This record gives sequence, structure tokens and C-alpha cells, in this order.
Amino acid sequence: MTKPPPILLDGPQGPKPRRVLSRRNIFLYGTLLVITLYYAMPLYVMIVTSLKGMPEIRMGNIFSPPMEVTFEPWVKAWSQACTGLTCKGLSTGFWNSVKITIPSVILSIIIASLNGYALANWKFKGANVFFTILIFGAFIPYQVMLYPIVIMLREMGLYGSLGGLVLVHTIFGMPILTLLFRNYFSSLPEELFKAARVDGAGFWGIYFRIMVPMSLPIFTVAIILQVTGIWNDFLFGVVYTGPETYPMTVSLNNIVNSTQGVKEYNINMAATIITGLVPLTIYFVSGRLFVRGIAAGAVKG
Amino acid sequence: MSSARPSRLFRNKSAKIAAIPMIVTALFVFVGGTVWTIVYSFTKSGLLPRLKWVGLDQYERLWSTRKWLVSIENLAIYGFCTLVLVFVIGFILAALIDQKIRFENTIRTVILYPYALSFVVTGLVWQWILNPEFGVQKIVRSWGWESFQFDPLYTADIAIYGVLIAGLWQGSGLVMVLMLAGLRGIDQDVWKAARIDGIPAWKTYLFIVIPMMRPVFITTLVLVVTGIVKIYDLIVAQTGGGPGIATEVPAKYVYDSMFRANNLGQGFAASTMMLLTVALIVIPWAILEFGGSRNRD
Repeated sequence: MTKPPPILLDGPQGPKPRRVLSRRNIFLYGTLLVITLYYAMPLYVMIVTSLKGMPEIRMGNIFSPPMEVTFEPWVKAWSQACTGLTCKGLSTGFWNSVKITIPSVILSIIIASLNGYALANWKFKGANVFFTILIFGAFIPYQVMLYPIVIMLREMGLYGSLGGLVLVHTIFGMPILTLLFRNYFSSLPEELFKAARVDGAGFWGIYFRIMVPMSLPIFTVAIILQVTGIWNDFLFGVVYTGPETYPMTVSLNNIVNSTQGVKEYNINMAATIITGLVPLTIYFVSGRLFVRGIAAGAVKG
Repeated sequence: MSSARPSRLFRNKSAKIAAIPMIVTALFVFVGGTVWTIVYSFTKSGLLPRLKWVGLDQYERLWSTRKWLVSIENLAIYGFCTLVLVFVIGFILAALIDQKIRFENTIRTVILYPYALSFVVTGLVWQWILNPEFGVQKIVRSWGWESFQFDPLYTADIAIYGVLIAGLWQGSGLVMVLMLAGLRGIDQDVWKAARIDGIPAWKTYLFIVIPMMRPVFITTLVLVVTGIVKIYDLIVAQTGGGPGIATEVPAKYVYDSMFRANNLGQGFAASTMMLLTVALIVIPWAILEFGGSRNRD
């Protein structure tokens, strides 16, 4: 631990030396410590519970660290946990989620970046009308569009398949991503675009040779946003896929909330943490870019 | 932009081709889907959608169904509490973090990580923490307070507050981040001026800084409210709507009517009501934000 700061400011202004252990410092850091512990607690409880055996869980309390660390719950959660119908664990759901997430992320980003590019640099008549509808669409509760999409997917023969869900994620990711890309492309210097036009580059040439290479940060933000969003989705998964194609969140819920058999809390928590691992890893690795992604949702169109 | 082409439709052709997915989504899914659902909410659709008009029957049935009334009540309680608390907590956290503290990044990271988790994970963790046999209640009792009662998820009257705890844990980090961005956007001279005038810090926040952060508050409000109306996964994972129907919410009512009870008409009517709720908030906001500034693009 480093020592507390030598200088602290009462409000963010001019320097005014303070004692390290002033009442204010103790109060401020004390409060922050309690808050931080509170927010961290559920993650701690998840990890600790998933490493205990059932006898220990029944005797001890949920906060105590495991006396005997066991990884069996993790193995069972992955390959044997039961959903009431089958006992294949989370692995199927995990691979389904992978198969859903990767194409959805790629497809939605390609489409949205092209939309954003067309809106920023090649605006055609009426483009803004569609864009406004798209942005308002982001506010429509998904429940309103659930059934019409069921019909559309059924007509296309995609209902219940992974492909159908990929399409749904592409559609619902479009508003926020289009906004993100449009705003970013608009902020690039226009001279670049004009110079490329003078040199004879067309729509696709400028997109691939100038826009994409210049926009790698925003593509990263979009990837983070989409991977966590799609991985965490539950509603679309439960509506548009079937038991064989359920994404991980749905199988997790089925495992933990299945009413059959004895509740094995350690396995449940192991399953929960495994499901949370992908977005958590992305979050902790990406840091500020994650914040930028969610802040994009707050940027007005 | 480019040289003259024979037809206006084909001018700027590549851009139009690239925008086809956007146009299709906007027109067919967002507008088409919404209109479709609203239209079919006036029909007698059961297992399959049927264009047999029944007027407002579905809505009358909806508003006389106890499960729907409970759903609305829960959404109101959950929504009101979330709205108030998430702003209070989010703002206080942001103000504390804005004091030029050490470990700012660590603290921010810890407070925001729940937001990266899915509602399903959130619901299941809190289901476990609030489990009366093993969780908080048992621990306090083991300290010697034998009669301690803290059993929200199994007590119908307060079950929705159990969900609220989980929802706040998950969502307050987002508000904190947005508020922090707002605070950082305030000109430092404002603070200096307030300082010189001898205004205490809390008054400066309340009467100067917060009014200056109005745009941030409004966008956050819209984000939070639309999030509240959509609440579904958290309920399914944490309580499954129970005990009994104590924690039912409109989004779950829609899902259950459409895909469990084969009662599409009820689902359409209920989802139209949800749309109406959102519209009542989003449309005034949109008029306020964008109405007067046509010249901006």
C-alpha cells in the first residue's frame, strides 16, 4: 500500500496543504473503502462459494474463505450440471454463445460502420430520416418487436437457429453502433476525405483505405460493446433459439433455477462465474475503452 | 457530389447500397414491427396471430388481470426507487471520486464491473447472497441476533426490494461514470468563484454544479428509464416472478403471454402499453433536446 496523499483538496481547486490523517481524509477514504468492498463482495462470494464442497457450505457462512479448495464444482458446472432435461453442463451453452457472438459482432460492425460512413460522408436525400427512425428504434421496448421478428425468421426458415439469433443481434445492435460510427467518422478531418476524392477514390476505396485504418480505436470500442452485450443477452436467446441452440445465459438460468434435484450451490456459483468470465475479462482488460463504449450510449445523436 | 448521373435514384449509389440494411431495419423491423404489434393488439389472436377485430377487448382484459396489475405496481415501485436511488448513489459516488483521490482507477473499476455482468449473473448472485438459509440472514443470526429477519426473496411484500438491491448494484456504476464525466466537464473557475464567495461545498453542488449538469442528467435519465421498462432477465433469474406473482413485471407478462400461455393478443396489448410508457418519456425529451435545433446537421 502506498501512503495516503500528502495534499488533498476540498473540492477540485487550488493547492492547500493538509495533514494526511485529517478528519476529512479518514472520512473520505473510509467511505470509499466500504463502498468498494460492498461492490466487490458479490464477486468474492461467487468465487469463494464455487471453491467449497457442499458440506462446508451447509456448515459455514457464505463469506468465509474455503477451508479445502476444490475445483470439482467448476468441472461439474462445465460438463455435468443438469437443466432438468439434460445433464450436459454449461459447455454446450458456452460454445453456442461463441458461435452466436463471433458472427454477430463481425456482421453488426461491418453493417453499422458502413451505415455510419454513408451517413457521415455520403449523405443522400432521406438518409437522416432513416437514421432518426433507427435511433428512436433503440428506445422501443424489445417486447414490441419480439413477435413480428418471430414471423420474419420463420418465413426465412431461421427461427430457432443460431443464424436467426445472429440476425436479431445485428438488427438490435445497429442503432447504437451506427451512432457510434457516424459520430466518429464525422469527427475525422474532412480534408482527408476531399483529398481522397480528388485523387479519384470512390465510396469503397475511401472506406477501406482511409476510414477503416484511421478508426481502429472506435472499432475496438464497438467490439467491446458488442461482445459484452451479445454475450450477456438473455431475452433474444430464450425467444429465438431452442434447447439445442440456447446461449450460455439461458442454460445458466436453466441450470440454477431448475427445480429438480438437490440444490448444489457450489456448482451453481461456479456456473454463474464461468458465464460472467468472458465479459469480466473484457472489462478488466479493456479498461477505459469499455467506459467509452457505454458513454457512447449517452452521446446525443 | 460526383459528376451528373442520368437518374437521381442512382446518384451516390454505393452509399445507398451500403445503407440498405439500415433502411430495411428502420422501416421493416422498427416501424413495421411496431405497427404490426399495435394493430394485432386489437385482434383476437391466441395461439396464432389472426386478424379478427375485437376492439379494446384485449386491453380491458389486460387491465382486469391481477398479474398485470401486480406487474405494473412492481414496475412503478422498482422504477421509482431505482430512479431516485441510482441518481443519489451515482452522484455521491462521482462526487467522492472527483475529490482528486488516490486509487481512483481501482475504485472506479470495482464500482463499474457489475455493469459488465449480465442480469442473469447478477440475479443469481444476489439470489444466493439473500438466501435466508445461507446468506446475510444466517450470518447476522450466527452473530447472536437470533430473531433477525432479512428474507426479501421469500417474503411476497418486500420481494421486489430484493430485486432492487441487485439492480442498484448492477446499474449504479453506469450512472457514476456518466456523472463523473459531467462533473469533470464543469469549469474549474466555477468552483473557485464559489470558494471565494464562501459557499460551502454541498451548496455549490446542489445549487450550482447540478443545475449546470442538466444535459448529463437528462440523458442519464432517459437511459435509466428505458432500462427500467425493459427489466426482464433480472427478475427471471433472481425470483422467476415469485414468490407467487409477487415480482412479476410487464416485460415478463409479455413473454409469458406470448410464449407460455399462447395468448398472443394479451402479449401484444401488454407490449403496446410498454411502448406507450416509453413514448411518454422519450417524446418530450426528444422535443426538448432536438426540437429547437434543426440547423445542427
